[in-house]
Amino acid sequence: MDNRLRVLRAERNWSQQDLAERLEVSRQSVNAIETGKYDPSLPLAFRIAELFDKPIEDIFTSPSRNSSKAI
Amino acid sequence: MAMSPASKRYNIRVIWLSLLYGAFLIPAVYGFKHHLIDGAIGYVAAILPALPIIGIFVAIGRYLVEEQDEYVRMLMVRQTLWASGFSLSVATIWGFLESFDLVGHIPAFYISVLWFGGLGLGSAMNRITLGSSGRC
Repeated sequence: MDNRLRVLRAERNWSQQDLAERLEVSRQSVNAIETGKYDPSLPLAFRIAELFDKPIEDIFTSPSRNSSKAI
Repeated sequence: MAMSPASKRYNIRVIWLSLLYGAFLIPAVYGFKHHLIDGAIGYVAAILPALPIIGIFVAIGRYLVEEQDEYVRMLMVRQTLWASGFSLSVATIWGFLESFDLVGHIPAFYISVLWFGGLGLGSAMNRITLGSSGRC
């Protein structure tokens, strides 16, 4: 799933490890989410959204909206 | 990479179970080899080394329940699926070959050995497909 995690993290000058510690997950989890290899669960997506103080849809792009744009 | 508390507990459990396995297996092998064990005691001595191996399966199950990092947990689930698919496939193929007298008999506990080998295969597949191998 496309997301703006890397951009939001960079805006705050956080490393992947910094973000991982704030979310209480591993650095490889952050990397997998950023690169779109892993879609977080709803509870983790909410934790990410709350950490950046943004709605989930401002961070993660809905796959259905993404595909309808492509059409 | 730092180990999670669940990962540390898993490693400690596996170390203790491995020591227990050795403690049960060595006397059993010695006892049967020198004809010191028979009857009902023989069944107990033969089954005892299997219990720590079963314990390792339980430890993996506990790890999956206790691991708080959902991505790392998913990597381990994928590893166990690869291990199960690999070991059951080899066992099925070997079973047919054996039933047609094309290969010799192999004790069934080697399926567990294959399963543990399959965890390594799963770890390699995680690294190839996701770039991460997990913690265990």
